[in-house]
Amino acid sequence: MYWLTAIVRPFKLNDVYDQLVEEGIGGMTVTEVKGLGSQRANTEVYRGNSYSHDFIPKMKIEIAVSEDALERVIDTIVNSAKTGKPGDGKIFVSKIQQAYRIRTNEIDLDAI
Amino acid sequence: MTADVSILEQHYLLNTLFLLFSGALVMWMAAGFSMLEAGLVRSKNTTEILTKNILLYALACIAYQIMGFDLMYQDNQAGGWLPSFGFGIEETLIGAKQPKEVEFFFQVVFVATAMSIVSGAVAERMKLSAFLIFAIFMTAVIYPVEGYWTWGAGFLGTSVKNGGLGFSDFAGSAIVHMAGAMAALSGVILLGPRKGRYTSKGAKAMPGANMPLVALGTFILWMGWLGFNGGSQLALNSITDANAIGKIFVNTNAAAAAGALVAYLLSNTLYGKADLTLIVNGALAGLVTITAAPDSPTPTLAILFGAIGATATFFAINFFDKIRIDDPVGAISVHGVAGIIGILLVPITKDVSLISQLIGLLVIGSWVFGSSLLVWFVIKKIFGIRISEQDEYEGADISECGIEAYPEFVGGKS
Repeated sequence: MYWLTAIVRPFKLNDVYDQLVEEGIGGMTVTEVKGLGSQRANTEVYRGNSYSHDFIPKMKIEIAVSEDALERVIDTIVNSAKTGKPGDGKIFVSKIQQAYRIRTNEIDLDAI
Repeated sequence: MTADVSILEQHYLLNTLFLLFSGALVMWMAAGFSMLEAGLVRSKNTTEILTKNILLYALACIAYQIMGFDLMYQDNQAGGWLPSFGFGIEETLIGAKQPKEVEFFFQVVFVATAMSIVSGAVAERMKLSAFLIFAIFMTAVIYPVEGYWTWGAGFLGTSVKNGGLGFSDFAGSAIVHMAGAMAALSGVILLGPRKGRYTSKGAKAMPGANMPLVALGTFILWMGWLGFNGGSQLALNSITDANAIGKIFVNTNAAAAAGALVAYLLSNTLYGKADLTLIVNGALAGLVTITAAPDSPTPTLAILFGAIGATATFFAINFFDKIRIDDPVGAISVHGVAGIIGILLVPITKDVSLISQLIGLLVIGSWVFGSSLLVWFVIKKIFGIRISEQDEYEGADISECGIEAYPEFVGGKS
């Protein structure tokens, strides 16, 4: 069992989601986040004063996947979220120790 | 049975209808200011600025009804400078052009407009209570006194022939708009800028939270302004009146349009992009400029006047930033600078002297600025006018109103 945390461009969320559903992934958690990476924020001018956002808006997608699905899911996210420019995002993979489904008391693989 | 209505009665009815219609349009400007200001502040101060706008309107109505209207218009000596003191709204006299209550309604929405101007400039850092106390003084005394000088037959508005100054301000470029801006300026000087607005590296942008509200507020103001200027003809019972009102509508609209376009061109040229907030300021500056004399220029000249006012306002916004006068919505530039320009442009299309216009500006400006500064100062000494640094950081919505504009994750203890 693995816990995937993918940070992607906000406008890529729909593509990633569509592809994941096509791959049979039925559950995920999505959060609006802001962060700092290699992408440089644009400098804008507001009422004559220039400014830039220190943190750039991104979407964070979190998915729990089984070991055999892991590579397929990572490929799906990479392919659907890539533009080739700085700011495409990252994927972090970590191990899940235990998982429970609250409604049915199922555990681990049955729960995710 | 045939109704027999005399010509005089017809005039009475038409004037009443016209002033109530115009007054309702001007009242709607309160909504315009609310939306514009709510859009231009950061989201953590939205509820507070809306609360301020509703309460200032309510306070202005009560204060002006109890005292302001009498100071400005009733039993005053023609050509004088000290208004007679009194209360309430008098009975309508036989032979009047319209009911006294109708006159009052049309005037009370103007004082609310003047007060609305102040709220935007002091946004995001002033105590709600301090603002409301000031609103009482502004609407009961400061505005009515200077209003009397011109519109209530006082020494500014009385013609030179009758021993007055012959100052001319049709719908209130100076009396309403510059007055509001002066009250705002004196408040901002004592209040200081928003925390973090000016650093050793210069001015820091604090972008407004909601541009759809800014656009909505602008169109509401633009529409209400037709009543503001049109209604200031004060009567609709002759072909002359009808012609004047038609011209006023066209000129008012044209000046606003020109102002918006000029601000767009300037912002695009100087800053590289079309800044909506500056375009909005440009449209409003055009409106303020034409307000001094919307009845006399040709429509082509109105376009030019609007453009001049908007250009001056555009650079004034930059100037006030340079001298660290923090005005989140640009109210001092839009209403003050364009108001002054409007008054100074009047001699081009009307038979009034530039000197009279200058003296009028000086008199009204120094009265409103001086008396406002005094009132703000006393409030500051007794109650304080600024919220704490921590409250400012967390937003005036929480510290002043206890409600966020867009609450999320609300739980409750019951």
